Amino acid sequence: MELNTFQQTAFDHQRPTIEKFGKRAWFWTFFFLLWIAVGGYALYLQIAKGHGVTGMRDNVVWGLFIVNFIFFIGISYAGAIISGLLLLFKVSWGKPIIRLAQMMTIISVIVGPIFILLCVGRFDRLHYLFIYPRIQSPMTWDVLAILTYFVGSVLFLYMALIKDFAVYRDAKLNIPKWKQKLYSALSLGYRGAASQKRHLIRSQNLLAIILIPLSIMVSSILSWIFGMTLRPGWHSTIFGPYFVLAALYSGCGVLIVAMWVYRKMYKLENYFTDRHFTYLGYTMMILAAGYGYFTFSEYFTSWFSSEVWDNEVINKLFNPAEYGWWTLFANVVGIIIPMLIVAIPKTRTPNVISLVAFCMVIALWVKRYLIIVPTLESPLVPMQDTRQEYVKYSATWPEWALTFAGIATFLLFFTLMSKFVTVVPVSGLEDTKTHHEHAKDHVKKEDIQPA
Amino acid sequence: MKQEEIKDKGRRDFIKTAAIATIATTACGSLACSCSSKHEHHKAAEKVKLLSPDGEIVEIDSSYLDHANHMSIISKKQAREGIPGRKFVMVIDLARCKNARKCVTACQKMHHLPVEKEWLSVKLMKDSDKGSPYWFPKTCFHCDDPPCVKVCPVDATFKRQDGLVLIDNERCIGCKFCMAACPYSTRVFNWDEPNQGISDANYTAESSVPSKIGTVEKCDFCPDMIRQGLLPDCVTACPNGVFYFGDENEDTVTNGDETVSLSQLLKDRGGYRFMEELGTKPRLYYLPPKDRMFPVERGYESLPEELKERYKDVIEMEK
Ligand code: SF4
Repeated sequence: MELNTFQQTAFDHQRPTIEKFGKRAWFWTFFFLLWIAVGGYALYLQIAKGHGVTGMRDNVVWGLFIVNFIFFIGISYAGAIISGLLLLFKVSWGKPIIRLAQMMTIISVIVGPIFILLCVGRFDRLHYLFIYPRIQSPMTWDVLAILTYFVGSVLFLYMALIKDFAVYRDAKLNIPKWKQKLYSALSLGYRGAASQKRHLIRSQNLLAIILIPLSIMVSSILSWIFGMTLRPGWHSTIFGPYFVLAALYSGCGVLIVAMWVYRKMYKLENYFTDRHFTYLGYTMMILAAGYGYFTFSEYFTSWFSSEVWDNEVINKLFNPAEYGWWTLFANVVGIIIPMLIVAIPKTRTPNVISLVAFCMVIALWVKRYLIIVPTLESPLVPMQDTRQEYVKYSATWPEWALTFAGIATFLLFFTLMSKFVTVVPVSGLEDTKTHHEHAKDHVKKEDIQPA
Repeated sequence: MKQEEIKDKGRRDFIKTAAIATIATTACGSLACSCSSKHEHHKAAEKVKLLSPDGEIVEIDSSYLDHANHMSIISKKQAREGIPGRKFVMVIDLARCKNARKCVTACQKMHHLPVEKEWLSVKLMKDSDKGSPYWFPKTCFHCDDPPCVKVCPVDATFKRQDGLVLIDNERCIGCKFCMAACPYSTRVFNWDEPNQGISDANYTAESSVPSKIGTVEKCDFCPDMIRQGLLPDCVTACPNGVFYFGDENEDTVTNGDETVSLSQLLKDRGGYRFMEELGTKPRLYYLPPKDRMFPVERGYESLPEELKERYKDVIEMEK
């Protein structure tokens, strides 16, 4: 594989990251595995003793698990849509971040469904979903949609990787034999011939065209698990687009944070430039506005018309003794601050944007919690139950342990994957820095030169 | 066939099955019971209400009955299809309820449920600020357009031709989607091992028992009792005749004491369905609490403390 000088520098720079696993990576791997082990124990308890070990009960039948499910699946869809759009519209500055977005897509579509499985009371009967499927159930739609989407996004990532695998194969990397063989097998004999190039680009574009509408559909189907019920706070026509937007928004935040972390860790300042943060910051701001608009419409309409059931949920959400503070947090940190920070030029720096994005992601997690739990705590027929745990949901340690195990799995996959492929795609990379940025770099270098 | 004739045929069938059931049950009375069914042996001298061959309710000593499964040995397929030609319906007379809770305990005994698990519960409702509260027994509504059935991904909960909505707990994967979808909070989940100590050799969706960990269950209108020509336990247990049970095809319902025409009852007493606006089309009607037999406090004062706690909010609003 021929590389131009810019690509060669990019490759040489990242070469050590895939050649050596490194102490730091080992440390994190063990750390994450430890968390996963704790989660594994919690899972064992849940299977052995039943769902009684969780905080879920007959009114609040779903809790943290479904919140995590929506959260991760949302991130995944965002990854697919962002990378798909960047690819389709040949956005040249987007090239370095496509890989990261695709990794995010795959990893979270693996982690997310684990959480919906955790909601299932009978693991031993999971195959019934395929033996006795009922097509009118939104759950069945979801199973089909996620599986299709998973296959699609794996292919999408793989297509994008083939060229790079060819680079790794030809680079005579200092790596074990099996890894070399693997790279060579995975590169499918790609040599950069004109016809190969053409096929690859075509199939990638095709996949992007399929994946973008697919992720919108899958995201909507996910929202319909709630929207199709007769519950206040769920039974809403805007739930489909609302979920799509929230997914995109939170995914955009995760992408920014991931960029920041890798930029620091692997010194990728030349590839994840300030411009990337600014552009993604703008994207985040626009999405924040859209998402804020949906949130406002949702709350405002049900508050204004104040049907009994809607009212009950709204009162819970805005009452400081119940979820008021969380609602405030979710909306201020999740909508207002990201918009302000990006709008003000002074604060529009990679560090600030990343920090705000990180907090926003947490706020969006909280928001999902606020969608699920208060509604389930407001059944149409009065509860009249004296068992506190049936009236009000509070997550137990196994649920938290499994939540953190999920996050650890997410991060572990990232760690392992970034040791297998370069985080910045090497082939097809272009030098998109503006003259201005080059000049700035130059000045910086001179600055640090000893007098 | 004209409508009349169909109805007539339906009634004849009903009587025929009831007759066969009665004869069979009595005949089997002496047989030893291989008791693995959900019904406990009723102690001698306990009375059971039966529908006699000429359509009347008779009371007989339960020792003549054998509740063993041979009466309800039906295939799993039959349990899914339902009893042909029937359309079960229930009417609850709110004017007669004083929260005696006999229905709740009978149901729990019948289905081997622990005290905290109520398939049938009694709520204290108050519809408007000035409106007076009333006791409101709530079973499963066996809706004709059931939201729970719509969402089940594996056909574990289903609608039968006789109108009942049942759960096959050998099929249920425990996703709880049906619980989220049911607007009436009817369903309960087995959060822990039920430990009822009953074999599930004869389990069908009709028997609902034994419960299984990680699956959903709910009021089933006791179809296995119906097959034997018996009324559901809540109906017979209520001292005030609150529950009427019957067949819409025959247009008759009975509370054990009196057998009346369903349409006439609904017409005379202004029968309605709970939250009609949800469009679920319940198979259960309520008769409004007009001309009540008991003051509402009667059902509150005699309750043990922890049960009083449930209704405190509503009662306090009254004071
Ligand atoms: S919990 Fe069981 S019955 Fe309910 S929807 Fe899931 S599989 Fe069906």
